[in-house]
Amino acid sequence: MRLFEYESRRILGRERIPITQSGHATTTEEARKIAADVGGPVVIKSQVLTGGRMKAGGVRFADSPEECESHAREILGLEINGHVPRGVLVAARAPIAHEYYAGVIYDGVRKLPTFVFSDMGGIDIEEIAEARPEHIGRGHFSTVLPQMDFRAKDAIAQTGVTGRDLTRLTPVLSALARLFVKYDMTLAEINPLAKLEDGSFVAVDAHMDMENEARPRQKALLAELGVGEDETREAREATPFEIEGERIDSVDHRGVAGNVAEFDGNLGLVIGAGGGSLTLFDAVRRQGGQPANYCEIGGNPSVSKAANLTKLVLQKPGVEKIAVMMSIVSNTRVDIVARGVIKACIELGHDPAEKIAVFRIPGAWEEEGFKILARYGVEYCDRSVSMHEAARIAVEKVSSGSNGAKPLPGERAGDELPPAERLSGTGEVVEG
Amino acid sequence: MPGTFIDVEVAEDVRDDVELAQVLADACPVDIYANRNGHVEVVEENLDECVLCELCIRGAPPGKLRVLKLYDGTALERA
Amino acid sequence: MSVLIDESTTFIVQGITGREAVNLTRECLDYGSTIVGGVTPGRRGREVHGVAVFDSVAELVDATGQVPDGSVVTVPPAFARDAVFEAIEAGVKLVVVVTERIPRYDVAQMVELAAMRGARVIGPNCLGVIRPGVGKMGGIGGPARDAAKAYQPGPVGVMSRSGGMTTEISSTLTATGLGVSTAISIGGDAIIGSTYAELMPLFEADPQTEAIVIYSEPGGRMEAELARWVTENDSQLTIVAFMAGRFMDDMPGMSFGHAGTIVEGRADTAAEKIKRLNDAGITVAEEISEIPDLVSAKLAKAVHA
Repeated sequence: MRLFEYESRRILGRERIPITQSGHATTTEEARKIAADVGGPVVIKSQVLTGGRMKAGGVRFADSPEECESHAREILGLEINGHVPRGVLVAARAPIAHEYYAGVIYDGVRKLPTFVFSDMGGIDIEEIAEARPEHIGRGHFSTVLPQMDFRAKDAIAQTGVTGRDLTRLTPVLSALARLFVKYDMTLAEINPLAKLEDGSFVAVDAHMDMENEARPRQKALLAELGVGEDETREAREATPFEIEGERIDSVDHRGVAGNVAEFDGNLGLVIGAGGGSLTLFDAVRRQGGQPANYCEIGGNPSVSKAANLTKLVLQKPGVEKIAVMMSIVSNTRVDIVARGVIKACIELGHDPAEKIAVFRIPGAWEEEGFKILARYGVEYCDRSVSMHEAARIAVEKVSSGSNGAKPLPGERAGDELPPAERLSGTGEVVEG
Repeated sequence: MPGTFIDVEVAEDVRDDVELAQVLADACPVDIYANRNGHVEVVEENLDECVLCELCIRGAPPGKLRVLKLYDGTALERA
Repeated sequence: MSVLIDESTTFIVQGITGREAVNLTRECLDYGSTIVGGVTPGRRGREVHGVAVFDSVAELVDATGQVPDGSVVTVPPAFARDAVFEAIEAGVKLVVVVTERIPRYDVAQMVELAAMRGARVIGPNCLGVIRPGVGKMGGIGGPARDAAKAYQPGPVGVMSRSGGMTTEISSTLTATGLGVSTAISIGGDAIIGSTYAELMPLFEADPQTEAIVIYSEPGGRMEAELARWVTENDSQLTIVAFMAGRFMDDMPGMSFGHAGTIVEGRADTAAEKIKRLNDAGITVAEEISEIPDLVSAKLAKAVHA
């Protein structure tokens, strides 16, 4: 889960890492007041969870509270990559002598958190990694032994930093690592970490991602930051269809109907589970099909959960038929899913044999499931029919007139890669 | 009213059996049976959730309870 | 040498009284595995399908007079780290973590402690390990009767980031008469205890295994790690891969399927992984149904070479 800059700054402040004076404003009056409090030049930054703020005009500079107010008005009304800003950040502009980069991420190959430090801050760490790898320092640190500052010092020293700068930077990077661990971050970066003309160090911008799995135990911090429990903070905001999918999943604890996402196609998908859904979605596209949605059913859902999800998919505008497909199941039951999808068709006044293009779920209770499907004339197949073959059957049955796969949302929206992309792209450098 | 796929038949003469009403309510993992003031009540909206576990059949006297699979015309019952 | 489990392997189930754990205990016993005890704090003295339940691993070891070879951990995410530490500190050398949604830091801690103690973690977020006809540790393959349908002994080792796809692929291999030596559901998280490359030496040392099939997804670097391992170690095993989630390349920042699938860098995309695997001589199948033929062809070629 991505945090806004103003939230990341609050966390830095909480952990006593020096930051430039700043405030979060949702109105122009608030922005003006913060600028007046700062009493000098300020920067006004759009609070959005997408990259490219500067390019889109979401970052402006002002010398007076009045100028700040007028910039804030423009930025508050400016959508960036489809994201409406969550207010603006107004921060003091500091007299910077030099910019550094400080970050902490996981290295999935070594399975440890690692420091990333550069004496060339202020620009994308990925760019530095590609062009000037000798300006990046790294170092893993233990998750079992107490955290040792010397690991941070070594990472900084790799870039050639020494003297007083080294002894002043070490506690900052070390504190960043401690908060990374304490708050279950998957990314914590300060960029730039500025050395001021008086020799002190201060964070000028910060980015943090908290792991979704850790949200339950980070409740206190999230409440303090004002992050709602229903805020997903995905790269793309959830559509009403997707929100309804989540609701269907949450009202019934039996089984899982997760990751419901919508697309523009005409073939509704009732598919599961994790790996099976990934494989089947690819298979449908490979056959030239146009998926109307993605989902992951599994964990032995109830008949009603399967039926409600199926109804949601069937009622989506443009859906002509649905394909019900999974890899071989051992926990989820074939007969229960068969009942659910058929029930959904009947209750919406459809003939299951006509609406269900194909049913391919082999495994637990398949004999019973196949009896149900046969009774309603639904075309079904057992494990001898591959997942890709089942997808082909489904795609052939939906009306023709399609010209291959339509663009996916990512392509449509022109979303930029999140900061995590830039950062871990540098993982390559250390791994060889 | 039966479900789309499943129905149950509880014999008339055991429907007011206080003990059986509780046994069935406790046994069914998907709440098809409820104990309504000592009477066996069949919760119709849960019928299709039946997982064919046969716990209700084992809890009832032989011949007094049948689970009907409407999709193939067969029934589960205790011999 | 056998991969991870053999006829003599003993193990325990931590969290044995949970709903899923009760099922997998039944399944493993039916399949012929030896479960020497279970642990659920506060439930000492109970039995689950004839398996005695203890309050702690230490108590279980005292009572049975032996340290089990392995443990299957099925406790809720908030208790998983402690359960894994408990097993490792009691001397257990193979810990299969079934639990999903464990925070990454906790996983890193388990894995680091395991490395310090010479133990191995499989998972988390996995279905376990099966050696067809010998035994299984975890819910992999489901009930014994279903597991037998999908898993018959043969020369192909299977490693998969998806539990369900482990069975789909193994079933395909079994249906064509090839069969499976050992199948490992390695887990779907961003950090897992044992990656493909780390498990390769075990398959290399197993006389039954002649080929490997891997199921992979976008996200993470473990395919690149495998490609590098194969290049550097002159592997004797022929490898065929399947890459799911190719559509995710068009959707940066989104995660589908498993927690570990989020694409965080260019090297994490399906396209980049396929390229790296190909460069290392690993064939990447377009469809699951092609896998048996690709394996057979490569095996035949290896014999002739």
